[in-house]
Amino acid sequence: MRPGIIKVGFLRGGLEIKQFMRQRESVVFTLLFPVMLLFIFGSVFKGDLAPGVTFSQYFVAGMIASGLVNTGFQQLAIMIPIERDFGTLKRLRGTPVSPISYFIGKAILVFVAMVVQVGALMGFGAALFGLDLPNTTERWIRFGWLILLGSICSTILGIAFSAVPKNGRGASAVVSPIVIILQFFSGVFFVFSTLPQWMQQFAALFPLKWLTQGMRSVFLPESFAAEEVAKSWEIPQIAIILIIWTVVGTFLALKTFKWSDK
Amino acid sequence: MANELAISVSGLKKTYTSKANGPKDAVAGIDLEVSRGEIFAILGPNGAGKTTTVEILEGYRDRDGGEVKVLGQDPAKLGKDSWAWRNRIGIVLQSTNDAQDLSVSETVKHFANYYSNPRDPESVIRDVGLDEKREARINTLSGGQRRRLDVALGIIGNPEILFLDEPTTGFDPEARRAFWDLIRNLRDEGTTILLTTHYLDEAEALADRVAVIVDGKIVEISTPENLGGRNTAKARVSWLENGQKQEIESDFPAAEVTKLVAKFGGEVPELTVIRPSLEDIYLKMIGQP
Repeated sequence: MRPGIIKVGFLRGGLEIKQFMRQRESVVFTLLFPVMLLFIFGSVFKGDLAPGVTFSQYFVAGMIASGLVNTGFQQLAIMIPIERDFGTLKRLRGTPVSPISYFIGKAILVFVAMVVQVGALMGFGAALFGLDLPNTTERWIRFGWLILLGSICSTILGIAFSAVPKNGRGASAVVSPIVIILQFFSGVFFVFSTLPQWMQQFAALFPLKWLTQGMRSVFLPESFAAEEVAKSWEIPQIAIILIIWTVVGTFLALKTFKWSDK
Repeated sequence: MANELAISVSGLKKTYTSKANGPKDAVAGIDLEVSRGEIFAILGPNGAGKTTTVEILEGYRDRDGGEVKVLGQDPAKLGKDSWAWRNRIGIVLQSTNDAQDLSVSETVKHFANYYSNPRDPESVIRDVGLDEKREARINTLSGGQRRRLDVALGIIGNPEILFLDEPTTGFDPEARRAFWDLIRNLRDEGTTILLTTHYLDEAEALADRVAVIVDGKIVEISTPENLGGRNTAKARVSWLENGQKQEIESDFPAAEVTKLVAKFGGEVPELTVIRPSLEDIYLKMIGQP
């Protein structure tokens, strides 16, 4: 009897989390970096964007969305080439483990890291910057599926993109600029509706813009929806875009995933 | 079992093309057969094509020609049931550097979950001699301990064939001997073992049969005792006569010495009788003076 692919995936997830937690630098960086950014931006921009909407409130939505991209896409697209260099993947290739189990393990790592990161960000934001937490059950539920679907989408795209860097040393240089540009284009650091139209349209092709918008729908008052480019949160569109990217990413990841560099 | 051959290879070819040097045959037509329960060594200098050959058998690389069967299946055409084949083989790669932040027992126990019929992780850890290091983080292990862990992960799935690629490179002599005992024990339990090595003494100590490979071709397949015709090689008798070194090769060195003793009426100056060592034969085979 073959050990279940999903069961092995969850076991791999547990192992990935264990390894992650033992690398103190990465834990501290993953948890504290968004908090530090919030602290810097929250201290610089004191004003309100709209009645009752502080910049911090707006920024937290963007930080959580880009946290999904950093923790999933960016981290994995850098980490997997390093794992290839170290022979981790080559060793797994020689065992009966399915690539799907490996993917599931990564998704679990990303999801758990995200939950911890979001918890730290919200706790810190609420304590120091008067961040308003989601105030209805509906918003919490939406928050939940956005984090879950966002983690899965970001994970699978990170795995698919991990085929691009030739090795671990060069990976960061290839991946990081893409993420930073997307962050600027997607309304993480600036109010999205104030960006040039071409930038908005370009950003709309990628998941980060939609994740950011989804997080705004969780953290900003209902009235702020009128400030969006489409005059609405576009929740169904967000779900559809994320699902399309997840399906395309899964297809690409299964096609391009490389266990070794040969 | 109906098929007593664990591995069969015929006419195996693999060509690499580099921009600088054009195409080069890493493996230039190899034939070999490994029986079940045998320790088979592929011996050769660095760059002879040992790793390429083994990685083709392990299913890591494709080939450019020839037939390969490992446990009755072609590693290049596994298809959907590749897991079932991998479930029956164990692989110890050349240098690996993974799972730094886990402990020995965490890693071995985790890998046991990958297989349908694994060995008991605790006894595997004991068998490879890492009992005292079971709770140690992998990044604190020495090179030899790390290699023992590699073997533990190679055998945790209770494989029918174990592949070992240069398993003892960088070991001190004591660690090598302990490692050889471990491999012999596995063979005694019925595991077929294919190992590559560039150490002659390792092949001699461990292998039931040895294939010597040079420039992608097999020069000879034989038992270590008979390699290069060592068992039948002529002995070389040399001595000093009239201030000149004299030398003859003979199948009957004792008779030659008796004749010399009679001729000199006693001691023969600077008499030596030498049979070629395995090392002499091996160096000759791989084209070194």
